[in-house]
Amino acid sequence: MTAEDMQRAVWRMAHEIIEHNHGLDDIVIIGLQTGGVPFAAKLAEALQKIENTSVPLGSLDVAFYRDDIGLRPVLPEAVTDIPGDLAGQIVVLVDDVLYTGRTIRAALDALVDFGRARAVQLAVMVDRGHRELPIRPDYIGKNLPTRRDEVVNVTDGGVDLGEMVK
Amino acid sequence: MRHLLSVADLGADGIEEILRLTDSFVEVSERPIPKVPALRGKTVVSLFYEDSTRTRLSFETAAKRLSADTMTFSVSTSSVKKGESIRDTVQTIEAMGVDAIVVRHQSAGVPWQIAGWSSSAVVNAGDGWHEHPTQALLDCYTIQQRLGSLEGKSVAIVGDVKHSRVARSDVLAFTTLGAEVTLVAPPTLLPPSLDGWPVAVSNEIDEVLPKVDVAYLLRMQNERQTEALLPSLREYTARFGLTRRRAHLLGPEAIVMHPGPMNRGVEIAAEVADLPNAVIVDQVRNGVAVRMAVLFLLLGSGSQLEGLEHG
Repeated sequence: MTAEDMQRAVWRMAHEIIEHNHGLDDIVIIGLQTGGVPFAAKLAEALQKIENTSVPLGSLDVAFYRDDIGLRPVLPEAVTDIPGDLAGQIVVLVDDVLYTGRTIRAALDALVDFGRARAVQLAVMVDRGHRELPIRPDYIGKNLPTRRDEVVNVTDGGVDLGEMVK
Repeated sequence: MRHLLSVADLGADGIEEILRLTDSFVEVSERPIPKVPALRGKTVVSLFYEDSTRTRLSFETAAKRLSADTMTFSVSTSSVKKGESIRDTVQTIEAMGVDAIVVRHQSAGVPWQIAGWSSSAVVNAGDGWHEHPTQALLDCYTIQQRLGSLEGKSVAIVGDVKHSRVARSDVLAFTTLGAEVTLVAPPTLLPPSLDGWPVAVSNEIDEVLPKVDVAYLLRMQNERQTEALLPSLREYTARFGLTRRRAHLLGPEAIVMHPGPMNRGVEIAAEVADLPNAVIVDQVRNGVAVRMAVLFLLLGSGSQLEGLEHG
């Protein structure tokens, strides 16, 4: 997937978000640290251009909500920044790669602490499969079948599939 | 990091790691629900041989905001009164299944002893006149929050340095992060030897205050007067207290700090403590977040930082 393909996917997903929610009323975009944050910014920019209105944008670090605390080193990458009370809002969670679903599970737990959102939707650039929890994305940039020992790299330059370095 | 006993075990990298993590916990503390599930199922016990309601509450609040369970071992109403040794007490507490022991003791070195006996993480919450590492960390965080960093900053620590664990830990932490420290005190309230302390010393507060970025006042205890280390508290205030007149000597950006509890009217004038450049309430607020960072590093993160290893 090239950088151009990614930009097209961002625009398509932005249109899908607007169509699905009949506009941008009460929509809040929240990127997950670290990979989801730049993607969330691109998505918010596209939404604003299409509808000519501003969209609240935030970031969430789920380190303190992970289910593997104590099993491996877990430290937050950045300070969480949620724009205001989420009660009654429609949150679009944004991540680069959806894999086991455990990060999203942690994110759903974290969001509850910021107020009762009306709905939470999930946008991912790449869905690579191998879910371990009943979690399903609403907006997908690309479905990318992978093996567990492969790594998916999402950067500004595009999406790459590589072998895991052991 | 297995224990937090001394600031000296951390080094600059360790201190900075904790301060960075504290940013995240300050954000957590500002949420509508200021609590995360990070330490669910962990138990933190406070073992305080010396009364300190403030430090104990700060640690317990920190543990609760991380969803850990807390227990208080109150020495004044416990088996210690019946002559139980520290070692037996620790063994008893551990048999109940605890993950961290927060210890305050009137004798220097006790937290090290406990760390030697115990399989739990031990946090030094003050040992005698020796160290109080979490106070130093919250002080560093508060200075960094107001002044950007400690590098090249000038700090005056004023008062009873001799009997102050806060002063010892602060000198270590501030100088490790690149600040210059001047101790300001009457000679009777300085340690007998300052060999190896990377500090300057003065007994003229009026000359020091205009040059500093931080004026850190230590609590003056009434006992010092009865011990004949001071002629009188009034004389101490006249020579070393941060009076309203002296507060004007400070630069416009300089901040005033105090570890609490304050003796308003002795080491600090009542109205000076309430000035906008007094950050004493920030220190208390940041204290909870710093202690969350310490407990999370010890019990949750699995982080094995170079130089944070102990024992």
